[in-house]
Amino acid sequence: MTSAPTRLGYEAMSQHPGDPILKVHELAFGYGAKLVQRAVSFDVKRGSIFAIMGASGSGKSTLLKTLLGLLRPRAGEIIFGGENYCSLDDDRRAQIGRRFGVLFQGGALWSSLTAAENVALPLQMFTQLDRASIDALVQLKLSLVGLDTGRASMPSDLSGGMRHRVGLARALSLDPEILFLDEPSAGLDPISAKHFDDLVKELRRGFGMTVVMVSHDLPSLFGICDDGVFLDAESKTAIAHGAPSVLRDTCMHPTVHAFMSRQPPPDHLEEPRSSYAKG
Amino acid sequence: MTEPLTGRGWLARIDGTNMVLFLSGEWTARDDVSRMQVTDSLVQRSNIQALRFDSSNLGHWDSSLLVFLSSLREVSRRRRIVFDQTGLPPAARRLLALLLPAAPPESVVPLRNAGIAERVGMRAFGLWSDLIGITTLIGETILRTGAAVRGRARTRIVDLLAYLEDAGIAALPMVALVNLLVGGIVAFVGGIQLRRLGAEIYVADLIGVTEVREMAPLMTAIVMSGRTGSAYAAEIAAMQGSEEIDALQAIGIPVFDYLILPRVSALTTMMPLLCMYAGALGLFGGLAVAVTMMNISAASFVVQLRGAVAGNDILLGLAKSIAFGSWIAIAGCRLGLKAGRSATDVGHAATAAAVSGIVGVIALDALFDVCANAFGL
Repeated sequence: MTSAPTRLGYEAMSQHPGDPILKVHELAFGYGAKLVQRAVSFDVKRGSIFAIMGASGSGKSTLLKTLLGLLRPRAGEIIFGGENYCSLDDDRRAQIGRRFGVLFQGGALWSSLTAAENVALPLQMFTQLDRASIDALVQLKLSLVGLDTGRASMPSDLSGGMRHRVGLARALSLDPEILFLDEPSAGLDPISAKHFDDLVKELRRGFGMTVVMVSHDLPSLFGICDDGVFLDAESKTAIAHGAPSVLRDTCMHPTVHAFMSRQPPPDHLEEPRSSYAKG
Repeated sequence: MTEPLTGRGWLARIDGTNMVLFLSGEWTARDDVSRMQVTDSLVQRSNIQALRFDSSNLGHWDSSLLVFLSSLREVSRRRRIVFDQTGLPPAARRLLALLLPAAPPESVVPLRNAGIAERVGMRAFGLWSDLIGITTLIGETILRTGAAVRGRARTRIVDLLAYLEDAGIAALPMVALVNLLVGGIVAFVGGIQLRRLGAEIYVADLIGVTEVREMAPLMTAIVMSGRTGSAYAAEIAAMQGSEEIDALQAIGIPVFDYLILPRVSALTTMMPLLCMYAGALGLFGGLAVAVTMMNISAASFVVQLRGAVAGNDILLGLAKSIAFGSWIAIAGCRLGLKAGRSATDVGHAATAAAVSGIVGVIALDALFDVCANAFGL
């Protein structure tokens, strides 16, 4: 008995390791009148865990929202499934959006629904499944993310870690092709963050999903990401591409080096000025 | 043999004490649901000791296959059948390993139907608790206002000014529109009745007393309850949700001085001014209807009005407006502080503030009128 390649299984994607699932070309994006980044280009390989890195304020979350279609880019292209996502009409973009799963910072659970209802809602809205099937899928997704209690609890009654897990289960509810994670380790203790990283890694391997994550949590970046892009707030563009661990070991750009080694660049070292710093 | 040995996407063959499940084709949750629900009938066959898989013809799959396999694994565990995963795709084996063992359904305490006495009791306790909360807040308002007057409250003057503007100038257009129309409507309806008696001129008396004593404070309070009281509740409830109030308390900023006092002071201060403004516009609305529709001259209307409205009427209207403003602000703040921490709670707090503000204002108005009648005002 041998196992066959699957669409969603890891085996399928390993047949095309270099095949990009998402291509970003010369993207410029921002909020209102403010341009945050310009001329950002990168490919996200199918089945990879791709990191969007950079210091606070460099536009990581803005890029994520642009990739999700929540913000219109100023220029450039986002190619998914052979289509320029940016030039599509709203209906088509919404259709494509259902192939994405998103975990926002803190979970962003709908507060009027229980944990299980949060996971069930996308299935109720976008599938024709009957109630028993939806219940079975909800139980499966919550079980996959390790939530064995609190399924009937309201989000306000869950701990931060549990909200993260429910958010992840909700993101997985429609079996997405790409899972977007916005600061998944934020608010988690180191052990929980490690467990969460392992879970993401295992789910990626199991479902064969592509994961795009925004993070500046170095252990997470080094532990699970195998590709990435580094955004720079000063030059307003991407200044490095590659796996975080590779950038740490090989990239000589002072901003990237400072970020990866947690050392401020020499020109940022100043004499302490405040009375607090003087102690 | 009554039970099926095949289904969409699978075929079972029994070889001695082994059952081999041949998985084939597409397994996607969005297309087909029936296969998720066949496991019970499938494994309830006698003398099966091991369950094995052949997935060589399995096509695309997603969570629906996992639901099928996990429930099959659970049934096998219960029936002590060996669940041999080796024939499954490695990715499916990994995901099955992640799945927690089936947990018993969470024990939810069934909601018992409470009896009438119990419901009345619970409601009474709830009302009593609310009454204590409101009374505490009123007492605290009085005490802290005294401290504020002596310059000993931690209220920021810039906040107070912002709330004064919001409860004053920003509310003028809405208050003006409502009271102008109410004045006109009262004059029109009253004038029609008085015309039957040939006493149209008394429409000035009707408008004067009604507007100054009742309608101006009442309509202004209803507008401010919906506009400002609910906004206070929503703002404070949202601050609860984002832990801003915890942050204030953590660094020792008195929540009452910082959040409640400026709001209550602002609305209590602005309400009598709004009431005077509303009364003037209500009278103007009545005058406009009287002049244009009842052939009463403006001069006659004003002369009649001056004779009808006494100083006590004006004072009573202003006293009502102060009480209404305090009530609306205190109720809004109290409901905001009492709210939970979710987005839904913010909506509930805002709704409850508008409702309790309006109901409370009408109840207070009735109380004022009973007292005024008793004192001969």
